[in-house]
Amino acid sequence: MIAYIADTDATAGSGRAAYTLGPLAAGPTCCEPRPQISVENLTLAYDGRAALKEVSLDIFRGCVTALIGPSGCGKTSFLSSLNRLSDLIPGCEVEGRILFDGQNIHDQLTNVRALRRRVGMIFQRPNPFPLSIRRNLEMPLKEHGVRRRADLDAAVWRSLVDVGLWEEVRDRLDAPALALSGGQQQRLCIARAIALQPDVLLMDEPCSALDPVSSTIVEDLIASLRGSYTIVIATHNLAQARRIANFAGFFWVKDRAGVLIEFDHCQRIFDSPRHELTAAYVGGRSG
Amino acid sequence: MTLSHRSSSSRSRRDTRLVAAVATAALGSSAIFVLIVGFLLKESWPALSTIGPARFLFDPAWRPTEGLFGLAPMLSASLAASVGAVILATPLGVASAIFCRHYAPPPIGWIHRWSMALLSGVPSVVIGLWGLTAIVPLIGRFEPPGASLLAGILILTVMITPTIALTSGAALDSLPDAYGRGAVALGLSREATLAHVLLPAARGGVVAGILLAAARALGETMAIVMVSGNVVQAPLSLFDPVRMLTANIALEMAYASGSHRASLFVSGLMLTALVIALAAAAWRLSGDRCHG
Repeated sequence: MIAYIADTDATAGSGRAAYTLGPLAAGPTCCEPRPQISVENLTLAYDGRAALKEVSLDIFRGCVTALIGPSGCGKTSFLSSLNRLSDLIPGCEVEGRILFDGQNIHDQLTNVRALRRRVGMIFQRPNPFPLSIRRNLEMPLKEHGVRRRADLDAAVWRSLVDVGLWEEVRDRLDAPALALSGGQQQRLCIARAIALQPDVLLMDEPCSALDPVSSTIVEDLIASLRGSYTIVIATHNLAQARRIANFAGFFWVKDRAGVLIEFDHCQRIFDSPRHELTAAYVGGRSG
Repeated sequence: MTLSHRSSSSRSRRDTRLVAAVATAALGSSAIFVLIVGFLLKESWPALSTIGPARFLFDPAWRPTEGLFGLAPMLSASLAASVGAVILATPLGVASAIFCRHYAPPPIGWIHRWSMALLSGVPSVVIGLWGLTAIVPLIGRFEPPGASLLAGILILTVMITPTIALTSGAALDSLPDAYGRGAVALGLSREATLAHVLLPAARGGVVAGILLAAARALGETMAIVMVSGNVVQAPLSLFDPVRMLTANIALEMAYASGSHRASLFVSGLMLTALVIALAAAAWRLSGDRCHG
């Protein structure tokens, strides 16, 4: 299933063709629709009050999937259920299935630490640890069993090059990470996540706490990671979603719970949405 | 127009009065501290000027009536007891703070936190009573007489463990949630999150708490008088009965006069200087924490 549309409400436009490559998705072969994560009827509740209701969608390997929608529509809850960070919240209950490479992540046998290594997460506010730049990158690697000095150095170099930070920090790797600017801190956090060689990166409004220049740099970085990683990004910035995403899901609040209204190719969501609510939201008439 | 003008001027008058009251209270409390230090200096001045600071450290014994003013044995006993207590109380206090935040089921963590807060408020004379009747005889069974440096260390440990637990707990609580969540999202275990992220981040606050606890241990008097034996001698063994600087002042002040009395003030001045140094270091460290 590629496109999804809430079937209960009126739809804008008529029926849709089966999956076809649009101009944006036609580029990288990564966007052949092979799902990496399949979410089936996900319902998430805090202390019995639903925050997300019956969300089903596929997240495709190597593609950028943008989650758009107003505040409080469950985008963050959805993201944090994908790496089971929702486990940390007392009173949080999850129903439905999330298949990661075909395996149910809520299975008893799932190694949650290994899952989180493969599904990295970037938060809204950059959160480097109050350690040196080098220790920020090395410490998680060491905890996941990388011990050889040469391997660690190579991973630090590789990840910093990948996020475009190497030239900026190469001569001060042992300086405190908190001395970096906000945009640099966010890129360091992305470097820290990709140093672990994850398959998926979850990003929760990664640019919204940054100034416009840093925001552009981070956005370009995310675009450059497309193809190498499966990226799910929650964003308020519709223009940003449109620029970088292959797929987009539109969330809305219904009966005080987040629901997925429409999921499709990014271009279709923006140019020819089939649901009225989507059309109103991307057209700037609501939300 | 007139109304708003009047109300703003009456507010500014009230403001001025409030500022005056607050400033007086603040200056008053710092004046008390300055007065105490000034008083100590004034009272110890006869001894410092006639006997000289060096003899307080290097005289071979403490026989003030015979002109020997060596405070070194008592100073070393004070330092040994405080250092010993800090060494024992630090792991206990930090572990207790970690336990009730990260491992204990909420009700048990809550009870534990409260018992620490209550323990920190138990009067020192009560802890001394318990030490005198429980700890001293216990040590005496193995190594008589029992009243000893070790008893002093154990009693001080009981008194400062809650201080360290409460301050390290506060330091851990003040960390942003983002550290813990970020670490978990990287697949770190709870142990690694604590050891490599949370404790290093809270280090400033934890060390500040340890220094404040050390200052409290140095200044403790009543419980120490009751359990440590009060013999003026340098502590060569944990089982030696010793007398701390604080105990010396409490025991001798009642009958001291002349240069004996003045030299007791010198020991008071010494203690105050040590405690101020520790508090200043603690203050600096906890300030550093804010700057990350």
